[in-house]
Amino acid sequence: MPSSMSIRQAVPRSVIPGFGITLGITLTWLSLIVLIPLAGLFIKSFELNPSQFWDIVTHPRTANALKLSFGTALLAAFINLVFGTLVVWALVRYDFPGRRVLDALVDIPFALPTAVAGIALTALFAQNGWFGAPLAALGIQVAFTPLGILVALVFIGLPFVVRTVQPVLQDLDPELEEAAASLGASRLQTVTRVILPALLPALLTGFALAFARAVGEYGSVIFIAGNLPNVSEIAPLLIVIRLEEYRYADATAIAAVMLIASFIILFVINRLQRWSELRTSRS
Amino acid sequence: MSVVDATEMRVIYEQRAVAKAAQQDGIWVRRAIIAIAVLFLAIFIVLPLIVVFAQAFSRGIATYWDALAEPDAVSAIRLTLLIAAISVACNLIFGLIGAWAIAKFEFWGKSVLITFIDLPFSVSPVVSGLVFVLLFGAQGLLGPWLQANDIQIIFAVPGIVLATIFVTFPFVARELIPLMQQQGTQEEEAAISLGASGFSTFFRVTLPNVKWALLYGVLLCNARAMGEFGAVSVVSGHIRGETNTMPLHIEILYNEYQFVAAFAVASLLAFLALVTLIAKTLLERRIERAKHGVD
Repeated sequence: MPSSMSIRQAVPRSVIPGFGITLGITLTWLSLIVLIPLAGLFIKSFELNPSQFWDIVTHPRTANALKLSFGTALLAAFINLVFGTLVVWALVRYDFPGRRVLDALVDIPFALPTAVAGIALTALFAQNGWFGAPLAALGIQVAFTPLGILVALVFIGLPFVVRTVQPVLQDLDPELEEAAASLGASRLQTVTRVILPALLPALLTGFALAFARAVGEYGSVIFIAGNLPNVSEIAPLLIVIRLEEYRYADATAIAAVMLIASFIILFVINRLQRWSELRTSRS
Repeated sequence: MSVVDATEMRVIYEQRAVAKAAQQDGIWVRRAIIAIAVLFLAIFIVLPLIVVFAQAFSRGIATYWDALAEPDAVSAIRLTLLIAAISVACNLIFGLIGAWAIAKFEFWGKSVLITFIDLPFSVSPVVSGLVFVLLFGAQGLLGPWLQANDIQIIFAVPGIVLATIFVTFPFVARELIPLMQQQGTQEEEAAISLGASGFSTFFRVTLPNVKWALLYGVLLCNARAMGEFGAVSVVSGHIRGETNTMPLHIEILYNEYQFVAAFAVASLLAFLALVTLIAKTLLERRIERAKHGVD
């Protein structure tokens, strides 16, 4: 390196201008739009004493809504993990007519507004719908039951698993599989002992992202859910109902629980992504 | 080209065949996985999209147009365009400023800052709306002051704009930051050392380098801004003709059993989603090239 490099390193400031002003504007804007409003929620929830807070959160209707939101989100993320991985496998490893179009369409749940997804899924799974009618003949009711919530959450979470796992499978070194095969491993052994462990960080990240999105999802769920208290009423909907009843304390307490949950999930996702990066950089 | 004799060639081909065979699944496994994947995507992705258009046109084109030309629908479309324009513009400007600070300089706490910028993605839309009600609503922290000064934010357009900016906050910045980090600072340093000002360096060097990623971020930001439902629903107050955006209008029509009209408005948003996806697919290729320094 030429000597100018060492001079620049001695002076901590970069030659590029605008650090102070751009960072200042960014921090101000971030605080005004995101940090202060979120802090406001916690300030509001501190107006409640701990026993009031506890009473609200453990009230049967609230507890049931939280259980339903977290339970169905977990199940939906798991379904997405299984089927999302199969979808990734088909898209990356095989060639079939329509592959490119399907690949692009995987992002539909990102791009389609949730209210549109909600009424579309309801139309499909209602008793007279394209799927609802044959399922009703089998005695299965999807729309307006917790099963409907599951359908909406699977829809909303799918791209998170696919788009997290897809690039990792694409970049997977084919020599790994060759080595396994030449050492006498069966195809099944290669998949379960070589490929899946290599995909594990990405699989877990995709699962966590799908779960995080599903827990807080509102628009696509409320149309198909039926919204029966204690049965098919999700936590975000209960927040809206409490707000409409002017029970701000209740709304705030439920929101605080959900916000803390999303912070925990976010922290886990961050750790997973770091692990994933370490894995790929090592190989 | 090097000269390779026939036996060597055969050995190379055989090795390749073994390598390929190691990655191959049996034909039935392959067919089963493709069938499951296609069926799953058809049920959960393709048919919901088709059913929107099928329902929207189920009573013919005349009914479809009537639903869109109705005054409440027109005002909802107008409001949605206005909200999207304001929030995309804000996120575009502040996304560029933030990406400049984060990608072109080293400082303490950078990764925490990036996490904070991504934060709105992990917050439930309903909670995103609620925080503004708790801040600016009648019973909110700033409510009394706002009332005394006769400023209305909640149940009015400013509240919808704030909630939309909140939920779309990360879109532009998160597309720009990784690309700008990868491109480094050499080109900017060269421009500055040749005497260019900071602004002309930004507009002539940095901006052309990130233009496709910027467009990508803006597209996704716009799709979300036009389609946001939960957050906007909490702050809007659902006043017809005044604070009703397209997604909220869809909900009202649907709850009034005006299904065809609801799906007609929904079809506009579904069309927007399709256009966004096509543009996104085209842009991804250009961004890949920009990352590898070809473009």
